[in-house]
Amino acid sequence: MKQPSKLANILIGLLMFGALWQILAWLIHRPIMPAPGEVIPVFFRLLPGELGRHLLASTGRVLAAIALATITAAPIGLGLGQMRKLDRIFDPLIAISYPIPKIVLLPVIYVLLGISNFSKIFLIAFILFFQILIVVRDEAANLRPELILSVRSLGAGRRALFRYVYLPASLPAVLTSLRVSVGLSIAVLFIAEQSLTRYGLGYYIVVKTYQVLLYKEMYAGILAMSLLGLVLYFILDFLDRQVNRHLYVE
Amino acid sequence: MAGSMIELKEITFAYGRHQPVFDRYSWEVTERESWAVIGPSGCGKTTLLYLLAGLRQPQSGSIQIAGQVVERPRPQSGLILQDHGLLPWATVAENARLGLTIRTLYGPDGRHAPAGDALDPGIAQQRIDHWLNRLGIADLRDKYPGQLSGGQRQRTAIARTLALEPDLLLMDEPFSALDAPTREDLQRLIVELRREANLTSVIVTHNIDEALYLGRKLLVLGHPPNRTPIVFENPFATQADRYQQPGYQTLFDRVRAELGNHHEAAV
Repeated sequence: MKQPSKLANILIGLLMFGALWQILAWLIHRPIMPAPGEVIPVFFRLLPGELGRHLLASTGRVLAAIALATITAAPIGLGLGQMRKLDRIFDPLIAISYPIPKIVLLPVIYVLLGISNFSKIFLIAFILFFQILIVVRDEAANLRPELILSVRSLGAGRRALFRYVYLPASLPAVLTSLRVSVGLSIAVLFIAEQSLTRYGLGYYIVVKTYQVLLYKEMYAGILAMSLLGLVLYFILDFLDRQVNRHLYVE
Repeated sequence: MAGSMIELKEITFAYGRHQPVFDRYSWEVTERESWAVIGPSGCGKTTLLYLLAGLRQPQSGSIQIAGQVVERPRPQSGLILQDHGLLPWATVAENARLGLTIRTLYGPDGRHAPAGDALDPGIAQQRIDHWLNRLGIADLRDKYPGQLSGGQRQRTAIARTLALEPDLLLMDEPFSALDAPTREDLQRLIVELRREANLTSVIVTHNIDEALYLGRKLLVLGHPPNRTPIVFENPFATQADRYQQPGYQTLFDRVRAELGNHHEAAV
């Protein structure tokens, strides 16, 4: 009976969060800290219209970045994990590049890729790329040669190995790395959307509301962005439990 | 008269630029024989098994199994390793079925699966059920390998291999990681299964007693390069009371002497 207790946990968490917000609103008592009771109606009023369009734009960018990062990083990670020699060549480069805060490359990306939707997606995908690459590589390196050999001895060629070994082995790694870095990618999205676009929650929160002192609307945007992170996290968590059932048995 | 099952003709095999493990080595196994291959670490016993399994290719010479040159894993050869090689994310039943699943993926193409008729899914299921029952792991069918004991994992690996109905069973130290009672259970099981399925079998082990229990014939490998096969006939195979029989100790000592001073070759 894990699901109900987990659901209860989420509800309790939401209630506590709401209560804390309410208390802060009372204590601070300024326009910059409106109470949840003032923000939530605004959120639902704006969601079918303007706010919804910005939310869709942001969601689209994150999903596109996840897709782009996964289809590039997962195969490369698999390859490096299975080919030790190749991994040894590239490992220093990856070790150096991994901790660099990629967001500082934003201006470079704008210049090279142009001021477009794609450059924002590319930046997020670039960050996710390294997260996925490293986890998938390590997971693939943990696949023992004996496992591959015994599956080959059952008649498996490349196609069957991919289908029954490599794919199921790397899928959990992709989900784990995405779950861990989904918050980071939304944070980067927020920054990237503050300029050089007319759509997205970052633009909405900073340009459309904050700069013109529409605090309730700004909070509706913050709420939307938080929900985006929360929903993505729970979807990834759910998928992880589906795919990784063997890790969740006692 | 039984035909030849395995025929090594003057094979040479080396890893990279190292000294060859086998140098113009020839060896023959007749159908339904049971062989044990024994030798110290690094003598090439696992290499020999991988060569037989088609997972490695000799640099020269040829390996024929059932009259066919081995160029890739042969669908009718079953391989069981010490590291059972189960998929950790699949249940016992899914693991036992893996070989048949792979055959279904390719169809009866003669390369990955025996040529002939495609396997009916109902019959495949019956076969899996049969082997899960025969190996006493039917109750564990929905468990994951991580939830099993070492012996249960190895039983799953054996079920997976036998579900493909092989005619040749290749085993590399299959029971080395198991405790003594489990090991003895599985050794007895292998003897029974060999009889039931008319298998030719080759087991690689570093344990003289295991070799003398499971191998009607013993092939002793020494430090590379191996040039000529050293073979012992073993009339005591599969006999539980072999220790009491005259001659057993003598044979044991002869094998041990042949293995030389290699400490790895302990009882």
